Amino acid sequence: MIVKSLRETMLGMWSLLVGMKVTAVNFKSTQITVHYPREVVHSLEGYRGHIELVPSDEDPYKPKCIACNNCVRICPSACISLTAIKPKKKAAEKTEAPDSADEVKTKGKKEAPAKKAKPELESFVCDYNYCCLCGLCVQSCPTGALRYSSNVYLAGFTRQEFVLDLLSRLQNQAQKKEQ
Amino acid sequence: MIEAIPTQFIIIFVGLLAVMAFVGLNAIVLVYLERKVAGFIHRRPGPYEVGPPCFPHGILQPFADGLKLVGKQLFTPRGADSILFWLAPMISIAPAIVCFIVIPFGPHLQIVNTNVGLVLILAFTGINVLALCLAGWASQNKYGLIGAARDISQGVAYEIPLLLVVLSVVFMTGTFNLFDIADGQGAWPWQWYIFYQPLAFIIFFICALAETNRNPFDLPEAESELTAGFHTEYSGMGFACFFLAEYAYMVVASCIIAILFLGGFQGPVLPGGWWFLAKVYVLLLIMIWIRWTFPRVRFDQLLNICWKWLIPLAVLNLLITLAVIAI
Amino acid sequence: MNLDLRLDTSGDFYARKFQPTKREDTLILNMGPQHPSTHGVLRIILEIDGEYILRAEPVLGYIHRMHEKMAEVMSYPQYLPNPARTDYLHGLAWNWAHVAAVERLMGLEVPERAEYIRVITCELNRITSHLLWWGAYLLDLGAFTPIMYAFDDRERIQDILQRITGSRLTYCYYRFGGVSNDIDDRFIEETRKQCSRMKPRFKMFKDLVTDNFILRKRVEEIGEIPADTCRKYGATGPVLRGSGVPYDVRRAEPYSVYDRFDFNIPSYDTCDAMGRYLVRMDEMQESIKIIEQALDTLPEGDYIMPKAPKKPKPPAGDVYFALEGARGKIGFHLVSDGDKSPYRLKLRAPGFSNLSLFSEVSEGVLIADAVSILGSLDLVIP
Ligand code: SF4
Ligand code: SF4
Repeated sequence: MIVKSLRETMLGMWSLLVGMKVTAVNFKSTQITVHYPREVVHSLEGYRGHIELVPSDEDPYKPKCIACNNCVRICPSACISLTAIKPKKKAAEKTEAPDSADEVKTKGKKEAPAKKAKPELESFVCDYNYCCLCGLCVQSCPTGALRYSSNVYLAGFTRQEFVLDLLSRLQNQAQKKEQ
Repeated sequence: MIEAIPTQFIIIFVGLLAVMAFVGLNAIVLVYLERKVAGFIHRRPGPYEVGPPCFPHGILQPFADGLKLVGKQLFTPRGADSILFWLAPMISIAPAIVCFIVIPFGPHLQIVNTNVGLVLILAFTGINVLALCLAGWASQNKYGLIGAARDISQGVAYEIPLLLVVLSVVFMTGTFNLFDIADGQGAWPWQWYIFYQPLAFIIFFICALAETNRNPFDLPEAESELTAGFHTEYSGMGFACFFLAEYAYMVVASCIIAILFLGGFQGPVLPGGWWFLAKVYVLLLIMIWIRWTFPRVRFDQLLNICWKWLIPLAVLNLLITLAVIAI
Repeated sequence: MNLDLRLDTSGDFYARKFQPTKREDTLILNMGPQHPSTHGVLRIILEIDGEYILRAEPVLGYIHRMHEKMAEVMSYPQYLPNPARTDYLHGLAWNWAHVAAVERLMGLEVPERAEYIRVITCELNRITSHLLWWGAYLLDLGAFTPIMYAFDDRERIQDILQRITGSRLTYCYYRFGGVSNDIDDRFIEETRKQCSRMKPRFKMFKDLVTDNFILRKRVEEIGEIPADTCRKYGATGPVLRGSGVPYDVRRAEPYSVYDRFDFNIPSYDTCDAMGRYLVRMDEMQESIKIIEQALDTLPEGDYIMPKAPKKPKPPAGDVYFALEGARGKIGFHLVSDGDKSPYRLKLRAPGFSNLSLFSEVSEGVLIADAVSILGSLDLVIP
């Protein structure tokens, strides 16, 4: 009995030393911290940041979006809202009454898909406060007009800073590219 | 007028001031050391970005910590006994400072050389138990109360093997005078008492961990069970005092271990003070290393270790020592 | 100063309803909902005598998020991001249970490659979940370092998963009829590398923790849950397997392609916290085995079925789908009336059944042991 418990205690003490050896080895090994402001993580590929609009092929200032509202409807958090100007009315506006800003909120309405001229996006707002980054909007978009950004380093003081105006973001990006 | 004050008092007064500075400095160094060692063990850099870039590796961290603690509101919980509640941190820190007076840091670096130095230290460190008990009791918090109860039984239990081991060293040297004990050992490691009393060294070390409430014996403040144990309700400087006291007692414990078993200020080549400091810091590093390696023991196991292992072993050690001395 | 702490129970509804034993000299202690070891928002009312627990009563409902109700008002694809939030540590399994329930109801044929991808990602997720449990459990027991080592590996696996699924914790990767992205060669290569990296790590974990004397004393013969108690409360997963019942949904009612892989169901009949601990440690290694086999035999083909329904409307009827999550059996009971959202959805969260054991098991143990038992149940409060 005594021998057994002595033996157990000795083995136990030994296991403690082994444990201390493990931490000592780790003490000496290289660190794996990324020092954030000076370094950034490299593994951002595939990261689902907030959504952003994809520029169309011909004009980097114009999004591909055709304002079909698929993304608005699928979004589980209801955080996308967009307004668009219908092309016919816009054309009419230009010729007849240029001052009457007759914008139509297309939210919830169905657009006829077989239109020749696509409706022009007027605003596209993603309320990132509510977004759960599910990616359903990106997948449901028929024209591939949405994509994930890799904008991870987000910080702000107010909620308003995270109501993202994606259209102006697109224009900023295009501007930056030009410079 | 000046002549009326004995020089002894002046020495003690100046010494106390020096000791306070030493304790404060030690706490700063230890806070930094602890966090850095923990970081390195975790394979991260520890505190790194504090203050302007001209202070690399976060060396300002302890000062930032201290500033934060000083700046916090002192808060007395409702229903707490406010006198005892605020007395406790002071009772905790004061004896720790007194202990340093009798410690010989070097051959000529000792504030008071008394014949009962060892007894004095053991007596004063015991007061800490009372302080923690008061803290837990007065804060009118159930977690604090349990923490206090744990601390008392732990402190009382571990005092016994501690004294028994100290006794065997005292029998060997025949003195309670810390200076003489350190002086009695040679400069080289094989002349130190750790080679005559290896078992005593191990027991003392374990007891020191338990008495200073360090992991794996940090039960009074076991944060996963008792949130923070006896200092659950303390904020700001109240907490800082306990914190400071813990580090001070760690240093005291390391000092005594260094004196009793590792030859104190004795060492080849370098002057004594440096040897002493080096030994103390090696011991402190081991304590920190242990803390970041092991899980916490359970409360009944803690007492079992003491009553079933350490005390019999300490008695055995004492008997053997006596037998050897008698022969 | 009010020294009669016993009177302090007049707190809230639960504290007032709490029925202490008939003893006089006891203390009623409120553990949580902000307690370091109740992991989030569980609250336990304890009646203690010294350090011994006489009665323990978990109080639930601090994080009721109405996932079932949400399903009734959302369309099927809109509910996709939700299940992963119920158990944030093993999100992919819940995600899988959701899509698989709908697939079963609609009779969809999922391409084989998609099934393999699901198996691989779900097992990777299981490893991350167990790693986090491991670290957090040791944190409960007072060891700070292991969680850092666990996170080292966990982060690497999350990097791998993030490349392919887009998120690190609350995944929304599986779709009705497949998965949302195909895996590529780099994913396969990285996963293999991670698998071979993990193997020596287990040795280190064993040296540092499993063999550690202090830890062994803290978990061995603590919190013994007999198999009968497990059956009574419906405990599943590592808790049940730690009690000597080798029940694993992956083996008992094989779903997907699990019947093609060769893996063991670790079980220990010590019934104590150590048993549950070892089950999880072994399970991580088994998961690696499954992943390697799946990578070896990964078939070519589609990652999502060609005509996967974007907005499924399952026929009226009900379906039950169960799978093995990191914490036990995850059940999705879906009742559909043919509409675009479910008529009723019932989730079976393993953590709930496992927690209900606690009250019985913790009677008469020390507070420190109760913390250890609670940790060993691996709760995610759903
Ligand atoms: S990612 Fe999901 S929640 Fe976010 S905007 Fe898109 S659909 Fe909405
Ligand atoms: S689904 Fe695509 S095209 Fe349609 S509104 Fe949204 S972003 Fe525009």
